Amino acid sequence: MARLAVNPTRMELRRLKTRLKTAERGHKLLKDKSDEMVRRFLSYVRENKRLREEIEGDLADAMRSFMLTRAVMSGEELKQTLCLPARTVDVKTDLENVMGVEVPVVEITETKSSGDTLPYSPLSATSDLDVAVEKISALMEKLLRLAQVEKTCNMLADEIERNRRRVNALEYVMIPQLNETIKYIVMKLDENERGALVRLMKVKSMITPDS
Amino acid sequence: MQKSGKIAVLGDRDSVELFVAAGADIYDASTEFEAIDGLKKLEASGYAVVFVTENIAALVPKQIEAVKSKPFPVVIPIPSAAGSNGFGMAGVKRDVEKAIGADILFSGSAGK
Repeated sequence: MARLAVNPTRMELRRLKTRLKTAERGHKLLKDKSDEMVRRFLSYVRENKRLREEIEGDLADAMRSFMLTRAVMSGEELKQTLCLPARTVDVKTDLENVMGVEVPVVEITETKSSGDTLPYSPLSATSDLDVAVEKISALMEKLLRLAQVEKTCNMLADEIERNRRRVNALEYVMIPQLNETIKYIVMKLDENERGALVRLMKVKSMITPDS
Repeated sequence: MQKSGKIAVLGDRDSVELFVAAGADIYDASTEFEAIDGLKKLEASGYAVVFVTENIAALVPKQIEAVKSKPFPVVIPIPSAAGSNGFGMAGVKRDVEKAIGADILFSGSAGK
């Protein structure tokens, strides 16, 4: 491992020792953060998978009913039937902090414009359309929950990956480099000291008369 | 801070038409270019949640990936009228692999 390009002085040694201490503490903290993020990620991703499986089933049901309607009604007719929705779905959005990651929170605020869920007169369309519309309306909440959970998963996964890079950089690059440099400085200082001692002894032997 | 947003559904005409009844705004796209344009437009007009049908999302995986790192808009693939093609689940799987390093959720139901 390469050592840092620093002067082998006591000042530098002290500075490096503090840096090493900080790096080690940071490494431990980041590792703990990583563990906790993975734990949370797992619970989110399990929910994500479950929701997605449910929605894939439910949506297919709704679509199937809709397809049956489409087979009976013409495109224009269908468009006309659906063109005035009985409700408009708005969402309230907010940001939530999960382990330092800003993830979205999506909350449904729906406003019904008429009391009925069906946007048309029951006489004007097939019962399959009624079923499809009811199903899709009921599904909206779940879809939004999926949106929130899946986004959280995306962002957490990104952050976990980034965090792992940081942990690895500290563990395999920074800390060994600092250790190596500290060792180098200590050796150099020791060597200088020994050099000075030998020089002193030599000088002393030169100035004292031979006995 | 709380904001209010709207929901859009982007996809082929057959799949999205039904979502009008649920109160979402619908936009249809059938080609790659329409999908890219649609996504850009929806992002610019400030939709909070954009559902994209899987068959369209599969055409523009790069654009879908690009918005993943931002909180909004939330772009989520959903099954189309023709059923699911596994694009959405593949996304979940990729997240797991990215975060954990190995696929631990889907090992039982391989390939789904």
